[in-house]
Amino acid sequence: MGLLDYFRSTRQPTASIAKERLQILVAHERSERNKPDYLPMLQKELLEVIRKYVNVDQDAISVTMEQDDNREILELNIILPDDSQRKKPKRS
Amino acid sequence: MARIIVVTSGKGGVGKTTTSAAISMGLALKGHRTAVIDFDVGLRNLDLIMGCERRVVYDFVNVINGEATLNQALIKDKRCDKLFILPASQTRDKESLTVEGVGKVLEDLSKDFDYIVCDSPAGIERGATLAMYYADDAIVVTNPEVSSVRDSDRMLGILASKSRRAEQGEEPIKEYLLLTRYSPQRVKLGEMLSVEDVQDILSLHLLGVIPESKAVLTASNSGVPVILDDKSDAGQAFSDVVRRYLGEHVTHRFIDLEKKGLFNRLFGG
Repeated sequence: MGLLDYFRSTRQPTASIAKERLQILVAHERSERNKPDYLPMLQKELLEVIRKYVNVDQDAISVTMEQDDNREILELNIILPDDSQRKKPKRS
Repeated sequence: MARIIVVTSGKGGVGKTTTSAAISMGLALKGHRTAVIDFDVGLRNLDLIMGCERRVVYDFVNVINGEATLNQALIKDKRCDKLFILPASQTRDKESLTVEGVGKVLEDLSKDFDYIVCDSPAGIERGATLAMYYADDAIVVTNPEVSSVRDSDRMLGILASKSRRAEQGEEPIKEYLLLTRYSPQRVKLGEMLSVEDVQDILSLHLLGVIPESKAVLTASNSGVPVILDDKSDAGQAFSDVVRRYLGEHVTHRFIDLEKKGLFNRLFGG
């Protein structure tokens, strides 16, 4: 950093960087902590069912649980592949 | 029935043993019969900080295994006859601790003592989870530093889910924040998280702030709990902490920079 930069930039104090980083991290870790422990299993089984019909990637599914004051939201997000890559359902 | 206090943090080296020694001595000096237990099996150090390392005959694991009675293992402090130390085993591993064994020892101690202070090891393994399992109150020792704050938050999660009170659906453990190694100078320069910053993140009741102090090392050098050094900032801060814990209203000190007088500014104070 040049001398000019030193005078020009008002550098953010490192303590406030630490606080910001911690607030984000702690909020994230708390939300992970409150998840019911069946979520990974639920995600795995849902994926198995979906893959019977559509050829989705292993990581194309995410299950999140959010909580506010009076309700819990179970959010299921599946990214479907392009048409060309889709598995055609077998005719029986 | 004794009140069981766990001194915990997750991260190592933040001042758990210093705090356990100071607070147990402080409670005893106030006239309460107090026992302090070292849960760091394999790496005992409370005896050294309390200055009774040469008087250890039996330890916590001996008592759990029935190889010694509590009376044989408890070491009476030479400075305060209300204070007793139960050292950790240096030779066994932490697997020697069991929920039932620890529960039995705490139950027996509860009959004779007003307060039982459990000095937790670092980490989240057995020694640490057992130190907090039976607790009524938790003192979460935190340094104003990112990894310590994060680990403290992790411990709060464990206190809220894996303790006896949590498992049995009783009133939750009372959690207190003790901020240690605090430097008002560095906070003012924007180099260190402030008390308010840490409280914003952890939202805990503040039990006290212990300033970074030379007195802590000199006290441990000589095996004297720092609270007995009543001339020192750290010693006074710990005395305030004990009084606050016991319900007194004591204004927080050592948080702001002292205004130096002309004399101190010239000659250094």
